[in-house]
Amino acid sequence: MPPSSLGTALAFHDVSKRYGRTWALARLTYALPAGRSLLLTGHNGSGKTTLLRLVATALSPTAGQLQVLGRDSVTERDAVRREVGLLSHASFLYEDLSAHQNLVVLGRLLGLESPEDAAHALLTKVGLTRRSDSPVRHFSAGMRKRLAIGRLLMKKPALALLDEPFGELDPAGIRDMEGFIAELKAAGVTVVLATHLIEQGMTLCEERLHLQDGRAVAA
Amino acid sequence: MSAPRPIGVLRTTLVLMRKDLLIEWRTRARLNALVFFAMATLLLFSFALGPDTRLLERNAGGYLWLAILFASVLSLGESFRVEAENACLDGVRLAPSDARAIFLSKALGNTALLVALGVLLIPVMVALFGVKIVLGLGDLGLTLVLGCLALSAPGTVYSAIASNARARDVLLPLLLFPLIVPSLLAAAKATTLVLQGDPMHQLGSWFGLLSGFNLIYWGLGFLLFPKVIED
Amino acid sequence: MGKLLHRVLPGVAVVLLVAGAYLGLFWAPPDREMGDVQRIMYVHVPAVWMALLALTLNFCCSVTYLFKPSWKTDAMAEASAEVGLLFGTVGVLLGSIWGRPTWGVYWTWDPRITTAAIMLVAYVGYLALRRFVEDPEKRAVWSAVVGIIAAVDVPIVWFSVRWWRSLHQVQSSPKTVDPLMVLPLRVSAFAFLALMIVFLARRYLIALAERNAEVALPEALPSDDPATRGGSGASKVVA
Repeated sequence: MPPSSLGTALAFHDVSKRYGRTWALARLTYALPAGRSLLLTGHNGSGKTTLLRLVATALSPTAGQLQVLGRDSVTERDAVRREVGLLSHASFLYEDLSAHQNLVVLGRLLGLESPEDAAHALLTKVGLTRRSDSPVRHFSAGMRKRLAIGRLLMKKPALALLDEPFGELDPAGIRDMEGFIAELKAAGVTVVLATHLIEQGMTLCEERLHLQDGRAVAA
Repeated sequence: MSAPRPIGVLRTTLVLMRKDLLIEWRTRARLNALVFFAMATLLLFSFALGPDTRLLERNAGGYLWLAILFASVLSLGESFRVEAENACLDGVRLAPSDARAIFLSKALGNTALLVALGVLLIPVMVALFGVKIVLGLGDLGLTLVLGCLALSAPGTVYSAIASNARARDVLLPLLLFPLIVPSLLAAAKATTLVLQGDPMHQLGSWFGLLSGFNLIYWGLGFLLFPKVIED
Repeated sequence: MGKLLHRVLPGVAVVLLVAGAYLGLFWAPPDREMGDVQRIMYVHVPAVWMALLALTLNFCCSVTYLFKPSWKTDAMAEASAEVGLLFGTVGVLLGSIWGRPTWGVYWTWDPRITTAAIMLVAYVGYLALRRFVEDPEKRAVWSAVVGIIAAVDVPIVWFSVRWWRSLHQVQSSPKTVDPLMVLPLRVSAFAFLALMIVFLARRYLIALAERNAEVALPEALPSDDPATRGGSGASKVVA
């Protein structure tokens, strides 16, 4: 069924996630209306990253149910994965491959017509053309972030999950990142943004969810 | 939204193998170290067992497989260490790619690496232990391929598990060594027959046995690996 | 249930063990060739049987867990591997003691002994894995995978070693068991069975308690059974 008909982009029903002995997310019930973007706030360790990884289906809930774009995150996992892009703390980049090669590998996995061309176009977009052939091992943290957002854009997701996208970026980088996010939103992509920079986040997102110790609280 | 068609298990396997091969090529210093590690192991056997050339010659097949086995523990560990850095395995998983394709690419890649290693080790073995290859090189090659296949499939499953556990460097050999005793035994036996002649025509049955093991290990790995890497 | 487990069954086990020992040591005739040494069979064989039984149970639990996860299955898998390893070790040690006067050596590369030894090492690895993984869900899934592979490996080891050995001549003596030896063996086997069930049940209860302690928080948080994915929440946290 088309996601829009359900009216919710994300639906958490009493979702909990446990790592070892600690509950990273505890009985979260929340719905994000379709077409709205969500700002996630909260201190370190409050459960923001866990929430994003659950939505990305990198993790599955310990208890409860989660629908992403109208699909169940456990039973329809592959369908969810095709729609969702995750920019995470871990960059998903192979250190020993060049920026270009990293994107080409993803392009091939996605079954793109010409992954090389797509990779070139994206490297230009994120401003890494000059370093496209040097291995990621030699990249600064900011350059990695740029390449990681290029990786996300390559997937053309319907839902973009951004975990601290402004971290480790210089002012120019932050401006560029804001531009990318605005562009995603203009293209109709639902954005979920976790950040400490609440001002930037508030201008980009219509909804806000504040987490504390893995639970939702009024911000 | 332009939605490219999802690619199948086989194409995913090929893409991932190509990626692994590229990484191996770009870090070939690591690969060289592995080759020299295996050669040093072979050399050490002759020191540990003394200068009895007859003994060394008779057991050359066993030493060759022990050297390959020790090297495989390193290469298997390495192949998932690469994926653990920057959580690359998550990136591949979420692309999305079929977990079974990840298994096939890693297991086939490791097989290829071990076969290549074996090809480099055989001349060293011939020189060090003074063995003659009585049967053809074809039989030796087949032994090498079947044996490396039988090491790689269970090795890949266990390496994926161990790479996420504490004490992974101890855990992988502890899990793997008892498991691959049959493959090691069959491969070493077949190699010995190739090197010393096969008057009683037993080689065929050893090949059959190894093929049977491979069928079981690869089948189990293909079925169980998704459970290992998905949360 | 609790009384049966903690009082009756251990009592039955002790009585049967004493009876089995008496029958084996004094009642049964000595073996025609091996003499009194053969009496070790009355403990060696049951120990090995129980080890096989426990490890088969482990395999069943492992398969079941992958299809239908539950902490009970996982706890039983842990208990059965540990108890199986215990009985297996006892069995191999007794066999080795028996082997010394009979074969002249403690150890021989007989297929059965070799397979047993490899199997024991494999389950040591299994238990080590359980210690080294902290996350309960991951531990359960991974050990189930390892348990399945280890169990499937047992017949493979058996075949390969038998083929390997068949190239050398191994003397094999078909065991003709005297009817007078059957009774002590049978009594002993039931004694070991009762003992194993006691061990298994106790270890299972401990493992289950550990699991429940691991997965529960002091506050009433959701049901912790991984099988119950469906949330049935009473109090909802409002955003």
